[in-house]
Amino acid sequence: MSAKTPAVYGTTAHNGHDHHHEAHAHGSLRSYLIGFVLSVILTAVPFWLVMSGVIDNKQVTAFIVMAFAVVQIVVHMIYFLHMDTRSEDGWNMMALIFTLIVVVIVLAGSLWVMYHLNTNMMAPHDMRQMP
Amino acid sequence: MTLAVTSPKNAAPVFYLTNEQPHPEGSSTMLGFWIYLMSDCLIFAILFATYGVLSGSYAAGPAPKDLFELPLVAVNTSMLLLSSITYGFAMLAMQKGKVAPTQAWLAVTGLFGLAFVGIELYEFRHLIHIGATPQRSAFLSSFYTLVGTHGLHVSFGLLWLVTLMAQVARHGLIPANRRRLMCLSLFWHFLDVIWIGVFTFVYLLGVLR
Repeated sequence: MSAKTPAVYGTTAHNGHDHHHEAHAHGSLRSYLIGFVLSVILTAVPFWLVMSGVIDNKQVTAFIVMAFAVVQIVVHMIYFLHMDTRSEDGWNMMALIFTLIVVVIVLAGSLWVMYHLNTNMMAPHDMRQMP
Repeated sequence: MTLAVTSPKNAAPVFYLTNEQPHPEGSSTMLGFWIYLMSDCLIFAILFATYGVLSGSYAAGPAPKDLFELPLVAVNTSMLLLSSITYGFAMLAMQKGKVAPTQAWLAVTGLFGLAFVGIELYEFRHLIHIGATPQRSAFLSSFYTLVGTHGLHVSFGLLWLVTLMAQVARHGLIPANRRRLMCLSLFWHFLDVIWIGVFTFVYLLGVLR
């Protein structure tokens, strides 16, 4: 390894960081307005679906409402929280992905385990019929 | 980059960083704050999981359908959404270095936030008044914990907002204040993201079931 390498490496890394710092957390009026309009639509439609009960099937309505929530969270992440793969050299995204994995495990795990626990528990009236 | 340097006296190599990178003040604040937000996200994930498990345990008490008034929740949601866009406008004014518009938009954001907390407290008061207290059922305990924690976050966000307005009034838009405003921006928009989960899973799906 040549003696020059560290110095060269240091300069480019630093420049890259500076440039990126400038670009961080910047939104334009246009991007904020796009985000706002999208969120208004993505909020209004689920409320309208539930309040008016247009779709008879409740499970279908629930599924659509949840899909809208996921899309709206992504919209907020992009237009309001300015998430992208480049911010903080990708560490923001890494932290987010790690958190999402933990969140999915906690949510899915809890619901799954507790649902089966409830189903397998004997209901009191069953117990009374036992000899 | 570590280089092994052999000092002449003792043969043990010494390792040290040859390119000590500069760490200007606040250069890692945004990443640190983001990691704090992610840990906050885990708190909410646990509360959502708790609510998900207990949301059907009414203990023969009132169900979401009997309690929640969706028009009120819709108004509340719009308050938080409007406060998000006005905070965005404050950030845009900050980037242009204009103190007065920044302060004005922050004040508008604060008012929307205050309206949100006010409506939520009104809802809680109404629920408690008709007997739907946290002690009534496991569903209500988890409901108050989840929604209350979010409300508490918004309240502390408001406190932070007022503090920063005083800071900006006193010192102007110095780099430190810009950084603080950017942190609060993340916090504020993050709370809006959590609220999407709350109004979807607690209110909309609660009324549906």
